[in-house]
Amino acid sequence: MISELIINAFLVTVMLAIGIALLRTRTLIFTVVLTSAYSLVAALMFITLDAVDVAFTEASVGAGISTILFLAAMAYLPKEEEENINSQILPVFTCILLGGILIWCSYDLPEIGLLSSPVHQHIVPDYILGSRDDIGIPNIVTSVLASYRGYDTFGETIVVFTAGVAVLVLLKNNTQTSKQKNKNSKRKVG
Amino acid sequence: MISSTIGIWNYWIVFLLMMIGLFLVIGRKNFLKKIVGLAIFQTSVFLLYITFGKIKGGTPPILNNAIDTVYSNPLPHVLILTAIVVGVATTALGLSLVLRINSEYGSIEEDEISAQDLVDYHDQIETSKKIDTKFIE
Repeated sequence: MISELIINAFLVTVMLAIGIALLRTRTLIFTVVLTSAYSLVAALMFITLDAVDVAFTEASVGAGISTILFLAAMAYLPKEEEENINSQILPVFTCILLGGILIWCSYDLPEIGLLSSPVHQHIVPDYILGSRDDIGIPNIVTSVLASYRGYDTFGETIVVFTAGVAVLVLLKNNTQTSKQKNKNSKRKVG
Repeated sequence: MISSTIGIWNYWIVFLLMMIGLFLVIGRKNFLKKIVGLAIFQTSVFLLYITFGKIKGGTPPILNNAIDTVYSNPLPHVLILTAIVVGVATTALGLSLVLRINSEYGSIEEDEISAQDLVDYHDQIETSKKIDTKFIE
């Protein structure tokens, strides 16, 4: 039991190292690759925390598709980040203050893996029994996702559809304006 | 001692990761870096939720025929599955906005874009003043 938690603590420390490397780098391609590595280590952590469905979704969607999106966008963008001229005292102070408050509050959180913590008491035993008796699907995550919280999933598909339409509209205008710019510049030359 | 430290170690590091993500969003001027910061923040929130769902000695929440099996909590897993997909939709929308800004301004640095906006604003004021004086004359 304790070895699981030690592996867990090690992996989360690796993630912290990747985060610090992200703060230091100025090359955008390196940033994108580090984000992908971050998602993969997160997927490993999800496996040690017993969330297998989340792990393969994170590995395929978080580390796969979003990296492809970032790389595709980077083809049209500047490759280097410019040095900051403004002072960063205010953001640093905000982050340290907020992080300090959160860590202070963490002493009131239940320890990892206790069966008696409040999360496990409310409705989850009903879901586990109902998945076997009422729905008959062995994967409890699937039966909660598609049946007990089906409206959540419906709302999610609406969100994804809206985002897809918005992306199409934005990128369509993008090509149109660049064509118009070309026409205008040709006219000026002519 | 060791076990109690490990018991809340996850929370500490997850909070630090959240702050790294927040700093990338509010402290950096590059828009792509800001979107990466959002992704980092999201993933660390996912980790926090999944950490809540873990039970010591539990198995993944897939039913088996043994009697005394303890299943880890499936509810956070379901919430986070939804959140991952929505997160990718957010990233795609943000990236297309960045591409649009880049084609309009030729830059994705926040201060350069606000400087260009300031120049445009002053130009507009100048032209409107000229129009006003024409009308008065």
